[in-house]
Amino acid sequence: MTLLVDVFLWGVVIALGIALAARSQPLFLDSLRFAWREFMALLPRIALGMIGSGFIAEILPQQWMLAWFGPGTGPWGIAIAAIAGALTPGGPVIGFALATTALKSGAGAPQVIVYTIAWALFALQRVVIYEIPAMPPRVVWLRVLVSLPLPFLAAWAALVVGRP
Amino acid sequence: MSAPVRRPRRAFDWSAAVIAVLAVSAALTVYLRDGQARFFSILTDDLGLFGLMLPKVLAGCLIGAFVTLLLPRETIARWVGAESGIAGILVATFAGAIMPGGPFTIYPVAGAFLAAGADAGAACAFVISWTLIGYARAIVWELPFLGLDFVTWRIIFSLPLPILAGLLARWLWRYVAPPAKDAA
Repeated sequence: MTLLVDVFLWGVVIALGIALAARSQPLFLDSLRFAWREFMALLPRIALGMIGSGFIAEILPQQWMLAWFGPGTGPWGIAIAAIAGALTPGGPVIGFALATTALKSGAGAPQVIVYTIAWALFALQRVVIYEIPAMPPRVVWLRVLVSLPLPFLAAWAALVVGRP
Repeated sequence: MSAPVRRPRRAFDWSAAVIAVLAVSAALTVYLRDGQARFFSILTDDLGLFGLMLPKVLAGCLIGAFVTLLLPRETIARWVGAESGIAGILVATFAGAIMPGGPFTIYPVAGAFLAAGADAGAACAFVISWTLIGYARAIVWELPFLGLDFVTWRIIFSLPLPILAGLLARWLWRYVAPPAKDAA
């Protein structure tokens, strides 16, 4: 599946590259150099993030976090789940892995929804490693600010609908 | 068409240093607490993931650079600029949902759009939409873990959220925007 995403991504790259090269070759070469500099600047951060996240996840007290947002914890559990999600390190796997463990050990679905959404939106490591270097910091903080109510809106929807 | 004007990016600054300290202390803790074998097993896993990410990172940087040059500033400003209304937020939400790749792709593209005239509300809607309803992320990472039923409902509940957050961000931006330095 990641292969499919790679193929699609590079298809987009090639299509855009051809479109740009057809329009202006010097500009195309310029943009290649620009993209390469960008890539080399991002590289050390991504290396740190990917390699660090595995170790950080390993030393987290996972069973505590699960106990706190288990079934029947109500609004309190939802609040704890949101905080736990924000504190879970970024990286593609760890949040989903913990969420799955939580579901399997009987955590409430709204709590797990809050957890995965808060993790996706706020994982500090992801904000610091990927988002701040690539976007103006002021826009990043605005993005975080307006995202604050979102996990709770989704949990509220889950409670009202009674699914999944 | 003009070359993108963006501040040059330093490879290493305070934020990277914080992560470096965290990563090294966590790695040391694992090494001392769980031993060498566990340490190397985690390291190998993470290096493998890192290798898988690299082509996506490069693709993200290239897409960002190409799109900035291909889409004239006026077009971006018209579609997703400050005056684009709710349609601009909807366009940004849709773009975020269909944008392939990971955080290493999405943020450079969002940064490029901002530099090219998109407004903060649209950029927020774009990033949040990718985060919450982007199919690439859901299919590759979330589905194998949490299953179709959970993921489908989670996405349905998330559909309106980027639009709400984007509108809120656009409204707030009027109060927190930095003073305009250049009108260009």
